[in-house]
Amino acid sequence: MGIAVANVTKRFGEFVALDDVSVDIPSGSLTALLGPSGGGKSTLLRIIAGLENPDSGTVEIAGQDSTRLPPQHRNVGFVFQHYAAFKHLSVFRNVAFGLEIRKRSKADIRAKVDELLQLVHLEQFADRLPSQLSGGQRQRMALARALAVEPEVMLLDEPFGALDAKVRKELRDWLRRLHDEVHVTTVFVTHDQEEAMEVADEIVVINEGRIEQVGTPDELYDRPANDFVMRFLGPVTNLGGRMVRPHDIDVLPDAGPTTVSARVERLVRLGFEVRVDAVDDQGQTLSVQLTRAQVESLTLAPGKVINLRPSAPVSRETEDVVQPASA
Amino acid sequence: MARRTLRVVALAYLAVLLLVPLGLIFWRTFQHGAGPVWHSLTTPTALHAFRVSGIVAFWAVLLNTVFGVGAALLLVRHRFPGKRLFSALIDLPIAVSPVVVGLALILVYGKFSPFGGWLQGHGFQVIFALPGMVLATTFVSLPLVVRELAPVLTEIGIEQEQAAWTLGAGRFQAFRRITLPAIRWALGYGVVLTLARSLGEFGAVAVVSGRLVGQTQTATLVVDESFQNFDQATAYAVSVTLALIAIVILVVVNLMRPEVKA
Repeated sequence: MGIAVANVTKRFGEFVALDDVSVDIPSGSLTALLGPSGGGKSTLLRIIAGLENPDSGTVEIAGQDSTRLPPQHRNVGFVFQHYAAFKHLSVFRNVAFGLEIRKRSKADIRAKVDELLQLVHLEQFADRLPSQLSGGQRQRMALARALAVEPEVMLLDEPFGALDAKVRKELRDWLRRLHDEVHVTTVFVTHDQEEAMEVADEIVVINEGRIEQVGTPDELYDRPANDFVMRFLGPVTNLGGRMVRPHDIDVLPDAGPTTVSARVERLVRLGFEVRVDAVDDQGQTLSVQLTRAQVESLTLAPGKVINLRPSAPVSRETEDVVQPASA
Repeated sequence: MARRTLRVVALAYLAVLLLVPLGLIFWRTFQHGAGPVWHSLTTPTALHAFRVSGIVAFWAVLLNTVFGVGAALLLVRHRFPGKRLFSALIDLPIAVSPVVVGLALILVYGKFSPFGGWLQGHGFQVIFALPGMVLATTFVSLPLVVRELAPVLTEIGIEQEQAAWTLGAGRFQAFRRITLPAIRWALGYGVVLTLARSLGEFGAVAVVSGRLVGQTQTATLVVDESFQNFDQATAYAVSVTLALIAIVILVVVNLMRPEVKA
């Protein structure tokens, strides 16, 4: 077993950050805690690390009850959004920190740090200070520093949140490859569904202090447990009282018993794809995502009336409220 | 034009307030060459007074460094009931006149107070002795280290310490290896300011020391007494020495400043 969180509740004053949360994270997996900001995902990660104490509930790491262990005895690697680099220490000394605390021999430390710096492609920066590195390099250094102590689990709190879009994408791919090499149980927090879908084996969707759904990216996308998950994992539109993904709609030439007719308002080019904004006969706006070729063959233009039908199994009757608010 | 006027006014103000008096003291002191100055400074009374000043300042700096680091950590890193009151109390020594501090200390530790009497009964004299002078000086220079450290601690945040904890460091290890290096310049700045304030303290020490010549007399008290006794040579010589020490401290502080910003 990797990490077992059972019945964890955490309040900050009146605010309920986590409300009786239980989740099992399998050993060796790469798991994303996904949800909107303020939903409790970072709090859950910090409770696993021992940086916060739960009001009730337990945390087990690798089969050991760690609920009351201070962070230094949990053997976790933690990576912060803003790197938390030790500013006065060189890159080498940053990575060596945990090993120096554990009083390893000089030769051992050098060998391990050199190996890790190679792994994160920072070997030529060993003698630099963190301030002389770019954001992406600092975060790779922070990862190497956390990996140096050979942690039972790696915990990453919005690790790419402070980086610009291009570097973020590179580091995502790199984290995925790194995990395939190192295989340490890894949990990362993100509010970016694309990041979660792209990197994680398993996604835990957290909202308002509760877990909405746990599953693989495909399961969540294709079989969302509720409206919230469906909305959070991708774009949705309302088609005749059903919630549908805009790319799961067929445009038909003729009206039929199951079609909804709508008038095209606007065509928006998004590179290869086109978003068709339309209004149905109830006055509801909706959008359909098509390829440019489809738009041309259907000769769509503003004002034209089209007939729509959901094409995929992923659609839900709309609910008003997903879950009663807990806070 | 307006800017030049402002500059002239500012310089004139500084000159009247600071440069002219200080310059005059220097001029008066060395009026008859360095010989008499040296003579005034090496009398047993003067030498002893400098030693007393040094001892008192040493303890005040030591106590306020330890207390200052602890109090700053408490203020920045922890929430507790009465925190605002605690913060206000730290600033109290700036607001209260040192003479009042001295009198208050006599009320608590004096021979005729219950606590002071009890201490004296056990052979520990506070008032009219070094412990009282150290207490008084520590009190008046109390906020300097705390107020230097608090903003720096706030700025560096707690994440570096937390990272150190997750890497296996205990609280004290994280403090020594991570926090202390990060605050060392601010700490040095606070220590130097405390030292300057302690060496220059007059009012509170004047009350609690009893001004016993050759026993509890500090350098600032020597200046006052020799001036009252028309021994102007000694008054000027000791004043100039204190001023020179202050200038050296100011230079050190200013050399440290850019490091604080970096």
